[in-house]
Order: sequence, then structure tokens, then C-alpha cells
Amino acid sequence: MTVQDFWVLSPEIAMALLALVVISVDLVTRSMAKVASVAFVGLAVPVILTLNLWFGWFGDPAVGQALFGTIEADRFSLFFKFLLLTVTAGTILASAKYIASDKMKDYGGEFVSLVLLSVTGMMLLVSATELITIYVALELTALPVVALAAIHRTKQGVEAGTKFFVLSAISSAILLYGFAYIYGYTGSTNLEVIMERLAVLPTDAGVPFGSYAVLLSVIMIVAGFGFKMAVVPWQMWVPDVYEGAPTPVAAFLSVASKAAAFAVVMRIMYTAFGHDALMQDWSGLFAILAAVTMTVGNTLALSQSNIKRLLGYSTIAQAGYILVGLASVPANQVGAVFEGAGPQGVMYYLAGYAFTNLAVFFTVIAITSRTNDDSIEGLNGMLKRSPLLAGILVFGLLSLLGMPPTVGFMAKVVVFGSAINANLTWLAVIGVVNTVIAAYYYLRVIRAIVFEDPADDSTFSADKPILAAAGVAAIGAGVFGLAPFLLLELAEQALSIIPGL
Amino acid sequence: MFDGLLTITVFLPAAVAILVALFARGTNSDQQIRWISIGATVVTFVLTVVIFVGYDQDVGGIQMIDYFERWIPIDALRSSYLLGVDGLSAPLVLLTGILGMAAAFASWRIKKRVREYFLWLLLLQTAVLGVFVSLDLLLFFVFFEFELIPMFMLIAIWGSGRPRYSAMKFVLFTLAGGAFMLVGILAIYVTPGVNTLAMVSIPELGITGIPELIAAADLVVPAALIFGFFFIAFAVKLPLFPVHSWLPDAHTDAPTAVSVMLAGVLLKMAGYGLLRINLGFFQETKGFTIHDVAGYLAILAAVSVVYGGIITIRQTDMKRLIAYSSVSHMGFVLLGLAAVGSSAAETSTAGLNGAALQMFTHGTITGLAFLMVGLSYDRTHTRHIPHLGGLWKKMPLIAIFFLIAGFGSLGLPALSGFVAEIMIFLGTFSVWPWATSVAAFGVVLAAGYTLWMVQRVFFGERPATPGISDEVYDNLTDANWVDMIPVIALAAPIFIVGIWPSVVTDMFDIGIQAVLK
Repeated sequence: MTVQDFWVLSPEIAMALLALVVISVDLVTRSMAKVASVAFVGLAVPVILTLNLWFGWFGDPAVGQALFGTIEADRFSLFFKFLLLTVTAGTILASAKYIASDKMKDYGGEFVSLVLLSVTGMMLLVSATELITIYVALELTALPVVALAAIHRTKQGVEAGTKFFVLSAISSAILLYGFAYIYGYTGSTNLEVIMERLAVLPTDAGVPFGSYAVLLSVIMIVAGFGFKMAVVPWQMWVPDVYEGAPTPVAAFLSVASKAAAFAVVMRIMYTAFGHDALMQDWSGLFAILAAVTMTVGNTLALSQSNIKRLLGYSTIAQAGYILVGLASVPANQVGAVFEGAGPQGVMYYLAGYAFTNLAVFFTVIAITSRTNDDSIEGLNGMLKRSPLLAGILVFGLLSLLGMPPTVGFMAKVVVFGSAINANLTWLAVIGVVNTVIAAYYYLRVIRAIVFEDPADDSTFSADKPILAAAGVAAIGAGVFGLAPFLLLELAEQALSIIPGL
Repeated sequence: MFDGLLTITVFLPAAVAILVALFARGTNSDQQIRWISIGATVVTFVLTVVIFVGYDQDVGGIQMIDYFERWIPIDALRSSYLLGVDGLSAPLVLLTGILGMAAAFASWRIKKRVREYFLWLLLLQTAVLGVFVSLDLLLFFVFFEFELIPMFMLIAIWGSGRPRYSAMKFVLFTLAGGAFMLVGILAIYVTPGVNTLAMVSIPELGITGIPELIAAADLVVPAALIFGFFFIAFAVKLPLFPVHSWLPDAHTDAPTAVSVMLAGVLLKMAGYGLLRINLGFFQETKGFTIHDVAGYLAILAAVSVVYGGIITIRQTDMKRLIAYSSVSHMGFVLLGLAAVGSSAAETSTAGLNGAALQMFTHGTITGLAFLMVGLSYDRTHTRHIPHLGGLWKKMPLIAIFFLIAGFGSLGLPALSGFVAEIMIFLGTFSVWPWATSVAAFGVVLAAGYTLWMVQRVFFGERPATPGISDEVYDNLTDANWVDMIPVIALAAPIFIVGIWPSVVTDMFDIGIQAVLK
């Protein structure tokens, strides 16, 4: 490895080292508070190293390729690394109390270091520009999560872990099959080389993507990542795993895993399949997936009575809205100059959704760890019992619902607006209709929190760390809604790196 | 260009509310929250006065602009952060300042969940101020919808009677209206040639607004439909017959201060929208203009005025009575709008100015009426008119100011209601004589129900079977100085505008002329 390689990979290396440090600290202390603090403070190192890559603080801005062009520290990947690091910091804060609980205190260090390892995988995933590296990073992402889901060794936990493991393995296999086809067809695993070769290879008129090999390959790639993005029809694991796994893990999964998967799909699609003709074809594929995912996710959420399952279906529906942005590609533009903002929309939506969803999950963790009741009725009258937590939760739900002036509203405006500009007005209409359907179940939870009478009158507050994490997430959801430019400017800079744009 | 004054004014109440809700601590925290929140509304009031007085009438146009173009830095979404006031919005901003302060003072006696109450009340003020100063359609919509959440909470938690039912009804009606508006905005958005969401043209910033662009554009969606989408949204909010039924419920069950805000400023958002959007955008659109439907608007207004008036006479609950009278009085706003006539040559600016003034006067008069009902109800614990009587002996101050609100409402000369209604009648009569004649009957009805209520509640003898026991009656007390602050704040503009109308009509005239151009 050269010095350049070290610079480019420095955030990931720091992250992996941090995971090792955390597990070593766990050996010498029994205090889980110390373990969590070490992890939280230690996150400053990868954050600073990422900032360094963006701004070039220490001399040369080391934005560039590493490891023979398989990893690229461009602004696109740095944008997502920031997001992932923020989510990780929040997750660690939110699990501080959880890992100190009786049933967890023997595995606290393992819990935190598994989270960190999984994030290392995600950070590699968003910067990988080569198929095999993508695959390896993906496995590094998934395996720690299996252990995390099953960490309780209860029946439900093991079931969740097993389910996640089996489905994850199957989806990886499908993905690998897709990679193999495209390699066989183009003779390269490098995304940019694939793009160049696809441009010159002969195409069959009338066949989507110009050849059946590419068609099959794209479908398999989308299917493989569809599992990670929790897109219908690969969504079955979501509610079960969210319900069975520890809630901090569910929170982490619902945000980090989804963001990383969307990032890598964007990179593959816009780089390897970035030609106009191909773009139009996969845009249609994602448009259909988006319509189905939104509708199925929202419809199934309607009848849920368990808050974690409800949130599981809600994250599926949210993935559908993000797919609308993915489907709104420049190749479908209405006018001569592309005015749409599908890719920016995806990044804005993902970041806004991350803050919103974390606020919701963290408050649910704080409340349910106290009440030991996962049903929606368990939230009855929570505004009286714990006003601050309930307030943050209601705010988060309103943002998921897309109520002005939250980030949820503005993000929907951006993606649906881009869809209209990309000639996908029908998809925007389906999106708006879905928003109305979703209002029903979000409002049902809000009604329980605000209006029902509480089962018992005891009041309680949350621990400082989780309250801080949820509060910061909620403030983010408010600020980014009122000031969308903060994120969108960054997204635009990040996207100027992708060759397809 | 970023003046900053409007941004500060709009967000000050919300910022203070959030900080106070988070950081007020200790046994005395409720009292702290009250004082700081009221202080915030007083400061906001002062700022709105600064805005109103600071608007240079000789220069005209849009002033005090806060413009941040890259609010959503995507070329496709042609939305920007654009705040500004003109002659039309400046008086309404002032009105919001006055009523926000009055509502905060009137909430002095709230004991239940004080922290949250003031949070929502101040957020509500931010939302309404935002609606009046937003000159970008998307931003306007954000604020227009934002108002729902605080209003829902305020009615549902602090209301009486059937608060949850009324709050839900309010939300469903308004959400449905808002959905129509969103479709209307989208329809404008997809129109080729309309490459902005700015609601006005601002030459010094190089902004050409929707009114000019839409006139030249070939619309994808027929102009009549877009007009209809916006009209439905505002008709629900105004409210007009037959979509008014949420209003009496919401008013009756809302706490006093919230009724004041609802009648005083929330309904004005609809009137403002009608003038700014329905009138402003659709004067020269291809295929359809507002002139084509002005006659129907006049008929609709006359029906709303008379229907509202007749229903009002039947009411026995004081709050419900005033709520229904709002339906009647807000009908006059639409009647004034109808003065736009069936062609540009026929347009009567007097009628349009009257519509704008009616919003201002109705805000203060009905706000005062709800305030007085609240004060009376706090003492007698009933609003049922047959149960009351002879209250003036016990609470003369409340009786006097109730009478002032009543006289203002029925259009007594020298009070502001008279000026607004006479302007509407004179302006619209020249265009739609029949509809105006029918609507004028609404004034007779207003005199009937107002005097009848005041007479029975305050000046008549106590009824044979009183709703309040002799003991309660004997211990009734008049309003104290804390109660009188909001009363004076609302009564003063009624007299000032009544005697010296040009203080606001000159302002409105500048705004209306600009909208008509």
C-alpha cells in the first residue's frame, strides 16, 4: 500500500481500529458507560479524517483512488460517510443504557464493536468502485448485523438473526450472479470500464438494456440490493427482524444499512449503466419498484398493532419514496436541459429520513424500555407521562408523514417534483396518494400519544444520552426542513463527481 | 437582498416558545413561561408596528424583502425563500401582531399544561405571520399547513365540550382544502413558461412573478380548474356556505384565546389568499379569467351572508352565535371580491378595498366579541343565552365592551365595521346591484341577532329560571386590569379605523392597485 492508499482509506482504518480498541477496553473494565464513552469519543477520529478528505486540511486534499482504483474517496462517498458516522454516534448514545442493562452487560463491548465493524463495511461499500470490492464490503456489513440481531439468544432474537442471515446469504448469491453476468459480458469488474465497454458493444434493438445478459444482470443486482434497501418484494424480513432484534439494532439497520445500499446502487447505476438508453430502462424498473414498494408498505402498515412492526413497514414505504427519486433520471428530462433533481433528491431524502427515523426510534427505545410494552396502546397518554419524549416522537412521526415544515415534507416535494420533471407524473401522483394513506396510521399513533388516557399516571424522563441523541435528530429534522439548502448544496457538490451526471 | 426584519418577526414567537418550553425549570416555571411568552408577543407586536409604519407608501411595491434564492438549490424546483410586505399584507401583519398579543394576555388564566399551551399558541402566531409575508407559493403553502398542528392541539387539549371531535373536524376540512391547494400549485408548477413560484413581480430583484407569466402561458391544466382548486381551499378556510360547518364547532369548543386567533387572523389567511392568488393570478389568463365568474362569486357571497345571518338568529349559545355571524361577515369579503366585475373596465376598486378592510375590521371586532364572551363565561360558567340576564349590574365593563363589539359588528357609524361594509356595498352595488341588495339584508339580520343577544344577556332582567344560582350571581366580579389589556388592544383599532379609516385604507389601496395591475 502506498501513502495515498492510507490517506484515502484512513476513515475506514480508524473505524476498524476503534472497533478493536472498544473490545479491548471491554476486557479491562466492567463499566459499560466507559465502553460507550470510548466508542463515542473515539468516533471523533474517523470524523476528523473524513473532514480532512473533504477539505484537505492536512496538506494535499487526498481525494482520489486507492488500491488500484477499487476504492474512491470522492465527495459522493464522503457525503455518505458523514451520514453513516452521524448515525453511528447516535446509535451508540442511544444504546448506552441498553448495553448497561443486566441481560446485556456481558456483551456490551461486543455489541458496540460489532456496530462499528458493520459501519466500517458500509463506509467501504459507499466508496467501492469495483464489483468484487463491493461484494466483500457488503459481506462485512451484513455479518456483524446477524450477530447483533441474535445477541439476546432468545427465541425471537435467534429467529431474527437466522432469518436475516439466510435471506442475506441468498440475496448475496443473487447479487454475485448478477455481477458474474456483467463481468462475463464486458470482461471487467471496474464500474467505469464496464460503462465504456457497454457503450461500444453491439445492442439488440427491442431488448431492454440492449442485451439479455445486461438485462439479467441488472435485475439480479437490483434484487440483491433490494434486500438491503428493504424494497418490495424483498421486504419480508424487515418487520420480523425489527420486532425480534434489539431496538437500537433496528434503528441502526433502518437508517445506516438503507443509506449505504442506496448509495452503492446509485453509484453502480449512474456509473456502470450511466448511458442515456440504459438509464431510461432502469428508470422504468425503479419506477415500478417505487410504486409497488410505497403502496405495499403503507397498506400493510395500516393494520399493525405493534409499534416496532409498524415502524418496520413504515421504513419500507419510505424506501419507496426514495426510489421515486432514483427513478427520476436525467435521461427522461422534459426539456433540453435537465432541471430534475432525482439524485440530489435521493441524497436529501436519505439524510432527512435518517434524522427523522432516528428521532422516532430513539424515543420509542426510551419509552418501551421503561414500559416494556411494544403495542401502540402502550403509548397511550405518553404526552402526559413524558412530555419531552412524546413531543419528539410526535414531531418525528409528523416528519415521516410529510407534514410541513418538517424535512419529510420538503424531501417529498423534492423527489415528487423531480419525478414530474423526469416525465414520471403518474409516479408522483401515486406518491401523493400514498402519503394520504400513510397519514392514517401515523395519525393513529399520534392520537394514542396525545389523546388517550394513560394506563398508569407515573411520569418519567429518559436518560441524558438517548435524550440528547433523539433531540439532536429531531432538531436536524426541523432545521433541514426549513433550510433544505444546507443538505442540497452538499449533495450537489457530491454528485458532480459521478461521471453519469 | 436580505432585510432580516420580516424573518425575525416571523420566527421570534416560535423561537422564544421552543426555548422557554425546553428551559423553564423549577416550581415557579409556569409563571415564568406566561411572562416570557407574553413578552414575546408584545415584542412581536412592536415589530409588526415597525413594519406597518416603516412601509413607505410613496414608494409602494414590495418592501422589506428577505430573499434567499437558493433556499432549495435545485433548478427544477423554482422555489425561493422570499418574504416581503406590500400594502395588502402590511395591515394584516399588524392585525396578527395585535391579536397575537391579545390572545397571549387572554390566556393568563390557563392552568392546564401551561408549557405546551404557550408553545402551540406562539407557534400558531409564527405560522400565521409566515402566511402573510410569504411571497413564494411553496413557502406560503408550508406556513398555511403548518398552522394546522398548533390549532389542532390547542382545540383538542384545552377545549371544552367535544374538543377532539371539533379539532378533528377542523383538521379534516382544512387538510382537504390544503390538498386542493397543493394540486393547484402543482398545476402551476408543470406549466411551461411559468418558471417561478414567486407570487408577485419584483423588478429590482429581476423576479417576474406568476401573475405576469401565467397570463402569457399556455396552461396545461385549464385555468378554470386551477382557479377552482385555490378557491376551494380558501372557501373552506374563509368559510363559505356550504363548507362552513367546521367553524361553529371549532369556535364553540376552542378556548377563548384560540377563538380570538381563529376568528381574528386564521380566517383572514383565506381572504388574503383570495385577493393575492385568485384575484392576482387570474385576471388575464387564457381561456378563463376571474371576470367570468365574478357574478357567481357575488351570488355565492350573498347566499353565504344571508344564510349565515339566518342561522345565527337561531343560536342560543353565545359563542356559537358569534361563530355563525363570522360566516355571514366573511361572506362580505367575497362580495367585495366580486366587485372585480365581468370585465376589467367594470372593476370597482372601492369594493376590493372594502373586502380587504372588512378582513381587518372583522379581525378586531370578532376577536373582541370572543374575548368578552370568554370573560363572561369565566365568571358565569354558562354561555346559554336564556340562562343569563341582567349581567351589566355586576360587570359593567364587560357589558360596555361587549356592546362596542356588537355595534361594530352591526355596522354602527364611527366604528370600523361601518366603513368596511359601506365600501363593499358602494363598490359592489355598481357592478352587481341585485346580489348586493340581497346581501345588504345581512346587515339587518346582524342588527337583529347582535342587539337581541346583548339585550338578553346584559340588559334584560334576570330570567325566571336563571342558569346561575343567586349565590354565584351575587359574587360576580367585573374584569380586572389584566383582563382589560387585550380588550383595550382590540377595541382601540375599532375606534381608530372607524374615525380615521385612511390609516389602513390608503395602505390597502396601494396593495389592491398592485394586485390589479
